[in-house]
Amino acid sequence: MSLAALLAFVMLASLIAYAILGGADFGAGIWDLLSRGPRGPAHRRELARAIGPVWEANHVWLIFLIVLLFTCFPSAYATASIALFWPLHLVLVGIVLRGTAFVFRAYASASAGVQAAWGHVFGASSAMTPVLLGICLGAVSTGGIRTDGSLVAPASGLAWTSRFPLATGILALLICAYLAAVYLAWESRDAALKEDFRARAIGCWLVAGAMSILVLLLAYADAPRLWSRLTSPPAVAFIAGGALLAPASFASLWRRRYGLARVLGAAQVGALLLGWGGAQWPFLIYPDITIAGAAAPQSTLMLTAATLPIGFAALVPSLWLLFSVFKGKGGEA
Amino acid sequence: MTSLTAARIQMELSLGFHMIFAAIGIAMPAMMLIAEHRWIRYRDADALALARMWARLTAVTFAIGAVSGTALSFELGLLWPRFMAFAGPLIGPAFALEGFAFFVEAIFLGLYLYGWERLSPRRHWLCGWAVAVSGVLSGILVLATNAWMQHPVGFRVGPDGQPVDVDAFAVLLNPAWPAMALHSTLSTYQAVGFAAAGTYAWAMWRRRQTDRYSRLGLAIAMAVATGAAILQPISGDLLAKRAHVHQPAKLAAMEGQFQTERRAPLRIGGIPDVDRRETRYAIEIPAALSFLAASDLDTEVLGLDRFPREDWPPVLVTHLAFQIMVGAAMAMLVVAAWYWLTRWRARPRGIDIPLPRPLLASLVVCAPLGFVALEAGWVVTEVGRQPWVIYNVMRTADAATPVTDVWRSLVLFGTLYAGLLVLLGFFLWKLATERGSTPEHS
Repeated sequence: MSLAALLAFVMLASLIAYAILGGADFGAGIWDLLSRGPRGPAHRRELARAIGPVWEANHVWLIFLIVLLFTCFPSAYATASIALFWPLHLVLVGIVLRGTAFVFRAYASASAGVQAAWGHVFGASSAMTPVLLGICLGAVSTGGIRTDGSLVAPASGLAWTSRFPLATGILALLICAYLAAVYLAWESRDAALKEDFRARAIGCWLVAGAMSILVLLLAYADAPRLWSRLTSPPAVAFIAGGALLAPASFASLWRRRYGLARVLGAAQVGALLLGWGGAQWPFLIYPDITIAGAAAPQSTLMLTAATLPIGFAALVPSLWLLFSVFKGKGGEA
Repeated sequence: MTSLTAARIQMELSLGFHMIFAAIGIAMPAMMLIAEHRWIRYRDADALALARMWARLTAVTFAIGAVSGTALSFELGLLWPRFMAFAGPLIGPAFALEGFAFFVEAIFLGLYLYGWERLSPRRHWLCGWAVAVSGVLSGILVLATNAWMQHPVGFRVGPDGQPVDVDAFAVLLNPAWPAMALHSTLSTYQAVGFAAAGTYAWAMWRRRQTDRYSRLGLAIAMAVATGAAILQPISGDLLAKRAHVHQPAKLAAMEGQFQTERRAPLRIGGIPDVDRRETRYAIEIPAALSFLAASDLDTEVLGLDRFPREDWPPVLVTHLAFQIMVGAAMAMLVVAAWYWLTRWRARPRGIDIPLPRPLLASLVVCAPLGFVALEAGWVVTEVGRQPWVIYNVMRTADAATPVTDVWRSLVLFGTLYAGLLVLLGFFLWKLATERGSTPEHS
């Protein structure tokens, strides 16, 4: 495996970490927005408690991913920045609003009205951001972003508005909501809250499952290359694995085996993204930008690869400490 | 509005906004740790209240710093894709290391903020150390990028305009980096220290009585601020000497030096007139600039006359920003000396002395000056580098995005950041006027 391919794989791994950790934090915001009824305030407290200590650390996976992209594949980063100018700007608005709304709500005011207002901003931006990120991932797979020599073709700026990226955006939203509900069913201390989040997880399982099938059908219609790669090795193995995990996830939720459901839910998302990565190979942005073609000079790749073990040696024990203090022993945290 | 103009304004807004929060996120944990140490060591309840208050402040500013920093990591490409396509492989590894430092900072901040009851006091304090150290480290690593833009190393420009013979490691050995990193790190302590000191001075001024909480807060803040304020001119001098050798056009713009001369004067104030090629109304100290540039009164200082007109930085902005920075620094030094002199005269009583009202008023005036100096210093180094984005390699105009409606994203971000600043000012005001006894979450 070339160094460039290895670093691309590290990026994919970061994306998966971001999806199963940061994605659930977005999902918590979505449930915050949708919470109604007598247990609404209890839901909100539980959601804030669950994500408070970890959301900033989880968010860094995205920064890490983007830094690796511009370091190791600078022309891919530049092309995506031009073609996805608008969806990425809106992603940033969502990220900035979500973060500030969360801390303002937690620290700024005790007044219920102000808290509720920040809660709405927090929820709406938590819902908007994963949709747009999902759209960007869809857009780099369809072939709508073209480069003409060193320039990005003008029509590329609209690639994100076609129906396949929009569908992947909605799927991303549903996955975030699903993961958050599953994790919260495991984490909540209160039995009634556990039941609420279990019901939500089951609902999301059904809708997200249907949406996955729709996305595959749209890939068949709109992104034929992606479809053919998704249905051949190695991607097909991951997609099939994800499909096999789905009923197991459902069964574990049904039987209230939340610890297992949490692992299976995360594994499903990992399998889906591994499948996407396998199908996307060897492209970063289909069809003009490949991993090998966009790779930075060897000296950069080597230095970056050399920083990874040092960085992870600091990161892994720190993360372990964070999660063991706040997420250890389901229901006791 | 052209895309270039819009992109520049959006970048300036985003960086100028981010910098305030990044600075607080770097420096505030140090004050927090000093206060928490007093609590652990002496069971000083006021110190604990201060540590908790500063932790709350760090929580909010760190979060805004983190999300606005994320925005910047995208905006680099969204606004300057050609710059990033060129520079990414060179500046990227420092950013990757910064990413890890930032990761560690975020993790330990989570442990610190939510761990008051879950960790032993000592472990909690150590988590705070991890926040403070990794915050400084990530600031320093980001500065590697800026140092490289001022002093690009580790490549040649190839025939197609892209870098060849790339030696990414050279960027981490860049001689321009240490002095810049030192100067900007000190500026965060100075800005945050004086802002906090001014807040407590204001509380004492208003109430006409001094509670111990405010006096202790003021003392800790002034200790941090004064240390930085004393070291800052020294690190600034290193930068000026570097500019004399490596970026003479920037030094000429900072000083309003239009003609090349020996025994060049140091100008205090004054308005550079680019059309008449002279700086008017300045107080001139003969030969002082030559001395500062290379420790010799007879040093020749290059004026803007030695550079083609299209390579001049905006002289007026660079000169005025530099004057503002130096003026603010001097004012802060004087007020700091006054404070410590007052304390020293009554030294047996420690912090328990009434401070004279003129001193309190001066401290209040100094509250924003550290941030003013920080932003002005940034303007000096960035505007002074123009018209280059990578000094002598790539012009800013050649780096901008080809997207044509950047003004729309400028409006979007301008509105977003302006709104957040107003809300944050409101929040800080509330926090400053209440006592810090509330636990930071319940």
